[in-house]
Order: sequence, then C-alpha cells, then structure tokens
Amino acid sequence: MTGSFFFYFFAAVTLTSALLVVLNRNAVYSAVLLVFCFFSLAVIFLLLEAYFLAILEILIYAGAIMVLFLFVIMLLSLGREKAQEHFRYLQRGLSLFLVIVFFLSVLIIFLSDSGILHQPHGTFTAGGVNALGEALFTKYLLPFEVASLLLLVALIGTVYLAKRKV
Amino acid sequence: MDIVTLIIICVKALVVFAAIMLTVMAMTLAERRISAFMQNRLGPNRVGPKGLLQPLADGIKFLMKEDVIPSGVDKPIFLLAPVMLIVPALMTFAIIPFGSELHLFGRAIQLQVADINIGVLYILALTSVGVYGIVLAGWSSNSKYPLLGGLRSSAQLISYELAMGLAIVSIILLAGSLRLNDIIIQQQGHFLSWNVFKQPLAFLIFVVAVYAETNRLPFDLTEAEQELVGGYHTEYSSIKFAMFYMAEYANMITASALTVTLFLGGWDIPLMNEAALGNLGVLLSVVSFVIKTALFLFIFIWVRWTFPRFRYDQLMRLGWKVMLPLALVNIFLTAGYLTLTV
Amino acid sequence: MVDLNTYLVIGALLFSLGIFGVITRRNGVAVLMGVELILNAANVNFVAFARFGGMDLSGHIFSLFVIILAAAEAAVALAIILNIYNNMGTINIDEADQLKQ
Repeated sequence: MTGSFFFYFFAAVTLTSALLVVLNRNAVYSAVLLVFCFFSLAVIFLLLEAYFLAILEILIYAGAIMVLFLFVIMLLSLGREKAQEHFRYLQRGLSLFLVIVFFLSVLIIFLSDSGILHQPHGTFTAGGVNALGEALFTKYLLPFEVASLLLLVALIGTVYLAKRKV
Repeated sequence: MDIVTLIIICVKALVVFAAIMLTVMAMTLAERRISAFMQNRLGPNRVGPKGLLQPLADGIKFLMKEDVIPSGVDKPIFLLAPVMLIVPALMTFAIIPFGSELHLFGRAIQLQVADINIGVLYILALTSVGVYGIVLAGWSSNSKYPLLGGLRSSAQLISYELAMGLAIVSIILLAGSLRLNDIIIQQQGHFLSWNVFKQPLAFLIFVVAVYAETNRLPFDLTEAEQELVGGYHTEYSSIKFAMFYMAEYANMITASALTVTLFLGGWDIPLMNEAALGNLGVLLSVVSFVIKTALFLFIFIWVRWTFPRFRYDQLMRLGWKVMLPLALVNIFLTAGYLTLTV
Repeated sequence: MVDLNTYLVIGALLFSLGIFGVITRRNGVAVLMGVELILNAANVNFVAFARFGGMDLSGHIFSLFVIILAAAEAAVALAIILNIYNNMGTINIDEADQLKQ
C-alpha cells in the first residue's frame, strides 16, 4: 500500500518536472527541474529494487551530466529563449499532435498484450552490486569493454572539440 | 516494520541532526578561537564564560538582520540554492555508523540512522549533488563575482570527486563490500589494521580531495575573499547567509566523520573488545568516534590558518595530473596485491 | 502493487515529453535535455522489464549501458554546442544552419 502511494507520488513528480523541463523557456530552470526529475526517477528505480541503478542515476545523471549542462549554460550566459512567433504555433501544434499520436499508439500496444508479464518475476536476483558486477565481468564482458572504448573515444573527441585551435 | 522500530529510527535521526547542529555551533567558535590562538590574538571571549555563548549571539544576530533580496536576482533559484547546499550535507551523515550495537530492553539498536548495503556509493552520489547549491547560488545572484565563484566550484568539485571516488575504490577492494559497517569491521583489531596504515596513499588523496570538496583552504577558490569579494554567497544576507556557513561546517563534520569511518576504523577502539563490555563498550565506542572526528575537525581549522591558497591552474593541475594518476596507481597496486595473496 | 503497464505508460509519457522537447525547443542545450528525457524513458522500461518480465540482470545491465552512453553523448554534444557558439555566436539551432561561418 505504502509502496504504491510512494510510486504514484514520485511518478507524478517525475512527469510534472519533465513537463516543466520541456515547457520552460529558461535553460537554467529546465536544468534544475531535470535534476528533480532524475531524483524522483531514482526513487522509482528504488521501488523496482534496482538499488545500484538508482544510485547511479543520481551519481551520473544528477551529479555529473547535469552539472556539465549547468556549466555550459552559465558559461554561455544563456538567459531566456526568445519566442519566435511566426510559424511557432503551427509547429507546436503539429508536434503536440504527433507526440499524442505516438503515445496513444504505444498505449494500445501495451494494453493489448497478455497478462503473463504483469506479476513480479519470481527469481529476481538483480539489483545488488555483487550480481551486477559478476555479470558485467563474465557474460557481458565484451559490451563492457566496448563501453569503455566508447568513453575513451568520447573523451578524446571532447578534448579535441573543446580545445582552442592551434 | 513495527511502531517501535519507527520511533527508534526517528529518535536516531533527531539525535544525529541535533548533534550536527551543536557541533556546527561549536565549530564556529572553535574556528575563531583557534585562529586567534595561532595568530597570537584573543578571539571572541566576551559573551558568556570564555566566549562560549558567542555562537548563540551570532545566531540571534543572523536572525534579526534584514533579509535583503537584491532586485536583479532570479528569485526562486536564489531561495532554493542554500537549501540545496545544506540538505546533502546533512543527508550524508545518515549512513555513518557512530557507535557499535547498543542493547536496550532486549533490542539491538544499530547506532546509525540507516544501514544500507551500498553506503559508499550513496556518499559519492550525495557529494556530487552538493555542487548544485554553490553553482545555483552563483548563477542566480546575477552578479559577476558569485558567478565566477560558482563556475570555479563546479569545475573544482567535478575534478576532485574523481580522485576521491578512486581513493575509496581501493578501500572497497580491501573490505570487499560497500557497506560502511563492513569497512569498519575489516579494520578492527590492531592499530595497524586501520586503513590509514594499509592505504596511506589513498588516505592522502582522500584527505586532499575532501578539502577540495568542502571548499576549505587551501582550495577555497570558490569564495577567495581577496579576489572574488566573498564568492558565491556575496549577495546573500541574514539567515540565508548563515545557511551557507552552516552547510560549510556541516560538510566539514560529515567529511571528518567519513574519513574516520573509512580510514581510522570508525568507532572501533584498537586492542579492545567493545562487545565484551556491554553497553559501557558502546559508550566508549561513541566517545572514540567523537574524539577521532574532533581531531580531523581540528586539522581542518589548523590547515586553514596555516596554508596559502592555491592558484586556479595549480589546483586543476594537482587534481588531474597528480591526484587522479596516483589514485589509479594505488588501485592497480591494491588489486595486484589482493590477487597475489588471496 | 503497481503492475508493469503503469511503469510502461510512465516510460512512454517521458518519451513523448522528451520528443516534444526535442522538436519544439530552439536552445541547443534544451534540445539535449529532451534527449536525456528520452534515454531515461528507455531506462524506466528496462528496469521495469527486469523486475517483471524476467529480463532480470540483463535489464539492469542494459540501462547501465544507457547511462554510460548518456554520459559520453552529453560530453561530446556539449563540446559541439560550445564550438557552434564560438563560431556562430548563437546556440539557437534554427539559426545555426550553415556549414561554414
């Protein structure tokens, strides 16, 4: 009972803050609201017994990525976005329509499936660090190494892009 | 979860909160008295016996002052920033064990608000969130010095977080667990089983990184009075200004307690079996934890009034070119040692 | 007990909001925030499938990789935005439509 109350509360927080992230014209407000969104998502992960991922969500998303966003926003001193009135309403309306169509079609797919998946899985072992770490270094070793390579490439690319031209 | 367990948890949280707040008050006085002692001055000694009531007087003064909100600021974020700084500082303390297991009325009470099995990651996550208060305070003030302070702090905190995290990794390798209680148990026994002796390099890196994370000298570039007026809290006044100070000291207390837990055996008293002494042993363990934490708090103050400030490029070079490689080498050596011996 | 569909609906809503942000926002950084929302919508689904659908560890590992990917993506994309700003003096993605300045 308390579990589902927590779930609905934090789901509401997540969706509200996500909506405001999208609608707010001020980039700093968007960033701060996105941090709130990540925090409530982390709580939802906790309710799904994904403890390690919940912490990672805060550690990497809220703690590193969003700080980088804020850093860039402050560095470029981006204030409010200027509203471009011409063809903006048309664009907004059209994109809203498309997004709603997308959402409804996804919803139809979800609601039409069988009920097998609706019960929590019996032999649920994940969530802790030990199981994840073991899987990461045995079954998923190759993706893990590829991910580290990806990070290295991103690192080099970022340094190259951001450095002053010689 | 029955009602008694809930009450116990609430009481523990309240006790920890009150203890931190009292220590913050004591620290503001201690900082001024110790700095005065080091500079051959007297320091505040008028309010109450030996100036002991000075923090109270300061607090009342902060509350009575006019709360100025400058007209150019971004109000919601300006009001949010001090809160976002102080909450992570207080939340981190929730998982630090401050004593061994207490037995009262047939109940075993863990002296720790919450015992979670990924405690170390929880600490890292909250430390990384602490930067928001400073950055947002700097941005929302709409003034150039706070903005510079905020920008500096975001770069500084991200840089030193890495070294700090990697220093902790070698401790995790030794303990084989992310629970802080397991890390303390692993350090029990002799003096030499403390991590400070097993992992001197990690200890050094961690302590330096902690000084950078708490924005204390020699890494206080975010407030640097001489260059940035007061840094990120220049535009704040009254109780909001006091909140920044409270957050700074709360951060220091948490960081000291964390250093003690990770490297100095936490509440453990070496060469002594606390469990055999019953509740007296529990009391002794709490006392030992408090003494060790107080020692680190004193060192914080000592360093502040002894060392000059780093230049910004020196700070970055130290973080990325010295601390980070050293921490990686330390992990490599630790892992190699563990593979060869275990 | 909350069932799988609720999680999936929340994931879909987040995804839709993210797409809406990507389409309508002009500020390059804000567009990236929309992308982060989309990635997180995927994460919600993966974690929900891990709990309910018997994906177990694989779901968690996959969202772990999503987070890693997001970190790499954010770093590179922000570096590109900094470059666009340096070259064109704006990060409005409607105005930054030239290959050379």
